[in-house]
Amino acid sequence: MNNKRKGVMKGMMIVGFAVLLAVGTVLPAMAASTINGAGATFPYPVYSQWAYQYEKITGVRLNYQSIGSGGGIKQIKAKTVDFGASDAPLEAAELDEAGLLQFPMIMGGVVPVVNISGVAPGTLHLTAEVLADIYLGKITKWNDSRIVADNKGLSLPDQDITVVHRADGSGTTWIFTNYLTKVSSEWAEKVGNNKAVEWPAGVGGKGNEGVAAYVQRINGAIGYVEYAYALQNKMTHALLQNKAGKFVAPTSESFQAAAANADWANAKGYYMVLTDQPGDTSWPITGASFILVYKDQINAETAKAVLDFFAWSYENGGPTALKLDYVPMPENVVKMVEATWAEQIRAKGQQVWK
Amino acid sequence: MRLVGARHTLDVKQEQIMDLQKQNNFDPIFRYLTIACGGLIIILAAGILWELYTGSHLSLEKFGYHFLFSQSWNPVTENFGAASSIFGTLLSTAIAMVIAVPMSLIIALFLVELAPPQISRIVGSAIELLAAIPSIIYGMWGLFVFAPYMADHVQPLLARIGGPLPFFKGPPMGIGMLTAGIILALMVLPFITSVTRDIFLMVPAVVKESAYGMGSTTWEVNRKVTVPYGIQGIIGACFLGLGRAIGETMAVTFVIGNTHKISASLFSAANSIASTLANEFTEAAEPIYLSSLIELGLILFVLTFLIQLAAQLWLKRTKRKMGVA
Repeated sequence: MNNKRKGVMKGMMIVGFAVLLAVGTVLPAMAASTINGAGATFPYPVYSQWAYQYEKITGVRLNYQSIGSGGGIKQIKAKTVDFGASDAPLEAAELDEAGLLQFPMIMGGVVPVVNISGVAPGTLHLTAEVLADIYLGKITKWNDSRIVADNKGLSLPDQDITVVHRADGSGTTWIFTNYLTKVSSEWAEKVGNNKAVEWPAGVGGKGNEGVAAYVQRINGAIGYVEYAYALQNKMTHALLQNKAGKFVAPTSESFQAAAANADWANAKGYYMVLTDQPGDTSWPITGASFILVYKDQINAETAKAVLDFFAWSYENGGPTALKLDYVPMPENVVKMVEATWAEQIRAKGQQVWK
Repeated sequence: MRLVGARHTLDVKQEQIMDLQKQNNFDPIFRYLTIACGGLIIILAAGILWELYTGSHLSLEKFGYHFLFSQSWNPVTENFGAASSIFGTLLSTAIAMVIAVPMSLIIALFLVELAPPQISRIVGSAIELLAAIPSIIYGMWGLFVFAPYMADHVQPLLARIGGPLPFFKGPPMGIGMLTAGIILALMVLPFITSVTRDIFLMVPAVVKESAYGMGSTTWEVNRKVTVPYGIQGIIGACFLGLGRAIGETMAVTFVIGNTHKISASLFSAANSIASTLANEFTEAAEPIYLSSLIELGLILFVLTFLIQLAAQLWLKRTKRKMGVA
């Protein structure tokens, strides 16, 4: 019996060894055909669509974990992923310190949404100052004279305003508070601009979906979400007054108008914020989402695979992005970015992108 | 095993001796295994404490004990304080326990003493089913079903009853401290109930029957015999529930409103240590921000430990007072 058992053990060991060998030889081969990225949640829908289409064509798999912009920056700095993604751009100094290269991948808009009985989507007009004062907790009723002044046609109720913000740190919050910082000196002084801030008023929802749920639940609520969430949840969006003094609606066109004015060529390290841009049709709370890669790559093959994916996405990803209510990067910016790749990304001293 | 009969062959004898030897070998191995597993628990707990301590040294250094009393939570100026999170954790747990403990006792008594066996079985398994529901389900139900009900019916009523008291002020949003406390109560209720029920079932029938034989009413038997007999176990069950409530994350995050403010009104949004961690950990890139979050974890660890300690002491006291060994 013992002998028999020994035999079985021996057999199992051989099988196990064979499996180990097989795994050992297969894994490295697989590694080259998988790209790992992590970061921002805002572009996740479009990245995952691109990844799906790209894998069908090339067989290269993209494994993107949408853990948040802060998480993406942490992961790329810890070198556990091939690229990081962030909605908030990093300053040139921070990039240089870490040896990272940053480039914009996609653009989108942040939209104020409200839940006031009797107010239809796209009918509430808000000026920048009013929006800031609502979020500062200074305007607390919907029938406040300053709101009524811009909304002569609407009958606004005598109702408390419940401010809804993100509870988690978020690139969306970064873009939104960047806008408020630009348009309100009081906001800049008291609160400031970050992925999470000390909110003077209101309640916090987790994620875009959390904010959307709270706004839909609470009568008299106002919140801010990515455009796609406002559309998908059929929420009541407000019109915002832009820098030119015009009230505009959030649409792909108004995001593009904001993006068109951006001077990417003179933005060091592609540090570009698209909030409060000039132009009659520009949506004031527009933002870009960024990709982070190392300038000095360890593995030329992986580096090439990553850049190939983004180049393909720039070239072929436009229609998918528009369908999902994002704004693709304009062609001149893409050319600039690719020139930067060629110039700055090296693997063992060799140029990766030619 | 000790006696080897004459009818056994030599082979069998030898085998038995080998068995004995095996036993001799195996006993110490088993002993060391148990010691090792027991030790592992200590090492794990100590390791977690150590990790939390080293992870939070930045924030411990910068804020000192002010961290415990400061209400500020400002990622922009990097000024953090845990007061609102600690307050929210304690208050939401307190609300939960105030609701859940009496209800659990009543349900358990009903199941054991009053309900017909058929109903007792059905309700009993329903309670165990409730205990198995994942917390995220409670959270989603709380947000989408219970919070609107609170906003439309319960909170306006409480606001009317509460009058000038500060506890029920502010717009009835449906989410906030009170809703979080009630959801927590619903979550711990099945735990406390099912353990308490088992404790009541263990009360010897003789003891109860003697009391009935002396002419006691059902109420008297329950109050003076069943509950005192099981008091240790009941307190244990309560602390089991408290342990779950104090660290509950997802369900609370959904309905508490996530605001770093202390408010007297139970209607207003608040936060707890666990919900703050769930919300902010992924995006905390700055070292001091991360360190402050880890210190929150350390505080929760110490808080749980202190509560356990209090529970032990209380148990000892009740043991003496009730005279039940």
